[in-house]
Amino acid sequence: MSEPLLRVTDLQVEFQLARGILRAVDGASFEVQPGEALGLVGESGSGKTMALRALVGLLPRTARIAGGSIEIDGEDIVRADESRRRELRGHSVSMIFQEPMTALNPVMRVGDQIAEGPLVRLGLTRRRARERAVELMRLVGIPDPLRRAEAYPHELSGGLRQRVMIAIALSSDPKLILCDEPTTALDVTIQDQILKLLRSLQERLGVTLVFVSHDLAVIAQTCSSVAVMYAGQVVETGRVEAVFREPRHPYTLGLLRSVPDFDLVHERLSSIPGAPPDLAAPPPGCRFHPRCSFAREDCIHGDFPLLQLEHARATACIHHDVCAEDVRREPVIADA
Amino acid sequence: MAAAATADALGEAIPVGQRRGFRGRWYRTPSFVAGVSILGTIVLLAVLAPLVTGFDPTYQDLNHTLQGPSWHHLLGTDDLGRDTWTRLVYGARTDLRVAFLAVLFPFTIGTVLGLFSGYYGGWVDSITSWFVNVVVAFPFYVLIIALVFALGSGTRNIYIAITLVGWVSYTRIIRGEVLVAKRRDYVLAARAGGLSDFRILFRHLLPNVITQAIVFAMSDIVLDILAIVTLGYLGLGVQPPTPDWGTMIAEGQTFLTTHWELSTIPGIAVVVTALGLSLLADGLADLLRPE
Amino acid sequence: MSLGGYVVRRLLQLVPIALGVTILVFFLIHLVPGDPARTILGNQATTVRVKLLRHAWGLDRPLPVQYLKFMGRLLHGDLGTSLFYSVGAGRLVLQRLPVTLWLIGFGAVLAVAIAVPLSAFAATHRDRLPDHIVRAVPLVGLGFPPFWLGIVLLLTFGLNLGRLFPVGGYGSGFTGHLHSMFLPALTVALGIAPILIRSLRAGLLEVFEAEYITTARSKGLPERRVLIRHALRNAIVSTVSVLGVNIGYLVGGTLVIEQVYAIPGIGQLMINSIFERDFPVVQAVTLVFSVMVVLVYLATDVAHALLDPRVRFD
Repeated sequence: MSEPLLRVTDLQVEFQLARGILRAVDGASFEVQPGEALGLVGESGSGKTMALRALVGLLPRTARIAGGSIEIDGEDIVRADESRRRELRGHSVSMIFQEPMTALNPVMRVGDQIAEGPLVRLGLTRRRARERAVELMRLVGIPDPLRRAEAYPHELSGGLRQRVMIAIALSSDPKLILCDEPTTALDVTIQDQILKLLRSLQERLGVTLVFVSHDLAVIAQTCSSVAVMYAGQVVETGRVEAVFREPRHPYTLGLLRSVPDFDLVHERLSSIPGAPPDLAAPPPGCRFHPRCSFAREDCIHGDFPLLQLEHARATACIHHDVCAEDVRREPVIADA
Repeated sequence: MAAAATADALGEAIPVGQRRGFRGRWYRTPSFVAGVSILGTIVLLAVLAPLVTGFDPTYQDLNHTLQGPSWHHLLGTDDLGRDTWTRLVYGARTDLRVAFLAVLFPFTIGTVLGLFSGYYGGWVDSITSWFVNVVVAFPFYVLIIALVFALGSGTRNIYIAITLVGWVSYTRIIRGEVLVAKRRDYVLAARAGGLSDFRILFRHLLPNVITQAIVFAMSDIVLDILAIVTLGYLGLGVQPPTPDWGTMIAEGQTFLTTHWELSTIPGIAVVVTALGLSLLADGLADLLRPE
Repeated sequence: MSLGGYVVRRLLQLVPIALGVTILVFFLIHLVPGDPARTILGNQATTVRVKLLRHAWGLDRPLPVQYLKFMGRLLHGDLGTSLFYSVGAGRLVLQRLPVTLWLIGFGAVLAVAIAVPLSAFAATHRDRLPDHIVRAVPLVGLGFPPFWLGIVLLLTFGLNLGRLFPVGGYGSGFTGHLHSMFLPALTVALGIAPILIRSLRAGLLEVFEAEYITTARSKGLPERRVLIRHALRNAIVSTVSVLGVNIGYLVGGTLVIEQVYAIPGIGQLMINSIFERDFPVVQAVTLVFSVMVVLVYLATDVAHALLDPRVRFD
């Protein structure tokens, strides 16, 4: 097995709040092989967005990386200085944002925004950069790209704007593309188109994706492996089919059971009782134990790092076999 | 009121339930507390004027003109021998009273007009907006002064002039809030329930849109005080012998080289009063904002 | 829609407002309680003389007719005749207009020079000490009566501290004007600076925290380019709007400042005419002030449309 393109170990991201320090990410570890697509899934507040932003060094003003390492192609960018991180942005790592209307500069033509990366980072001439922008727009499926390049963001539909965002992300030939819920703000039909586009781009260009979403179906459609996050920690990792078929963490199981139309066999639809914890004061022991139906005495104390299982799987639950047993009795996905 | 520029502070309409947080939080909001303290002190002094001053504000002691501060005259006397401290406190009475009252009329009229034009739209809105745009086309002070000129000076006409010009800001604010609020579910539910327009407007919409206007009214009082004092300075406002900070500043300007305190002190009074009101307005805005 | 189309549309929208303005100005005279003619001539005047004056002024005709005659004269550039000076009110205004324009221009330049750097400084150091200091300025500053501020400045720099500036008047020659008008312009500028600072700071913060700034950074662009090509370019749009709206307020402020510094502009003309009961001149000055404000608003809108492509597509 080759070296992972991205390896995150025990990442911690803190926020400085008026009432104290809040750990949005408190010990997240996962890795992605080159050319793969990793899905980072969790509810809002799980820390998935902050973890993603930390990867490219674009945390909000009040947040900072408090610990852990982020290795991109073997280089730990947490230890690097800001100018090195800036060098990596756009060229090695780029990002696609959730809301293209606010993520695009309203007073700049989209063609110029796509061409900006190549112009400044790759040193292309103005003409060549423009040509490249049009090529990229064609690549992402924007019809009539020459004319559309002259448009301003507000003149385009939501789907087209997101394609522009994707073109921008591709513009400087990155190895790794981070996607922050790129389809959440779109119509369902457009969502599907964009996801298919991302998949096909990934296959054709061989870029590596990290895809953040709260929607399991989207992850299933787009990614080959998955990391599940809860309360700032990664609680389970593995290949998508394996994890979704036989989850080895009660939270993952709960998520799967609460999705209504997931291909499905079971009649009853359950949701996980309770609410995610306040990250400024998380519960002791396993953070999920207050809501876990399999919780035992030993879940209340200690730390629960990821345990490596067989076949490139890991879980933070020490009772993962109980969980697996539950699924076998009541499968989430039908064997069809 | 005043420049439409200051009518820009807008937030969200707050469903009535959330305002109950006010009672528990007011003493923990520093700007509110500071504002109330400053303003409270000044109002108290103004109300207790006869008790905290020793002279009649119009009494002229021509043997003791232009004196400096002393035990007898705390802040000295002016060119007609009138005690400055007394005139200052009674001036607070006049100016504060007029300013507070002067806010009420534009507030009421502007709010009602804003409610109707925002809710009904159509020609009601077009006509109201036309009026708004015409008034806004004049510099605030120019219009006020022109109106005072036409109507004559004096307190009563100050109220009229300020009302005729000041309603505009309230209408804009309320109209904006209503345009947003009328699409909210509680309004749609009320209409589906067959409630009369009148009832919807005044019992459902009004309590939810009025908070922004109230916050603005607080800073509007500041602008009113400034307007009254300015009119007084120009000789178009409160007429002598009633003490007013503006006229005091004007009268003192002749003696700027020798007795600069005559013009300076009333100005400081205005600044402090305005500061108290602004702090109060900020604090109120913080408190009325949903958490 | 092109820029030209936008301008034409705005101009058309201005027509009803311009009409409204003239109606309001026209009605100023008719707001006067009692009979304007009698007020001029005094209570001693005979009924006959009053009647003659009313007829001469057309006051005995119905209101709409009077208005039409007023508009007719207006469109010919006739703003009425001064009762005090017996010359055209328009001529009087025109004579003094350059002085006021000087004050407005100089004041606006100073206001921008003060407010923009301070707001930028506050916005780039959000929630730190410089920001808190700058935010205190509007809080305290809005309570300063502009005319009082003028007196204080006059006292400090004109009379004490080495008599740096003249205490009034207009001066002669360009440098003379600069010298004489500095304190008044500064007063005007300080009058609107607090409001400007508050609005500009908010506008700048909105730009700085925008998502597209993060996008620009994610491209790995140098911070300077992010700041200038993305942040500044957007900040200018809101800045121009704020400046335009506040200039309207500034124009009105000059009226009182002219009194404080005895500057022979149209503001002083208006005040004097008020005390002389010179109705036509008061009317004329009010109208001219309004025209200036409307022109400023129009220019602001056009500048905004030039800078912000979202505006034209309405």
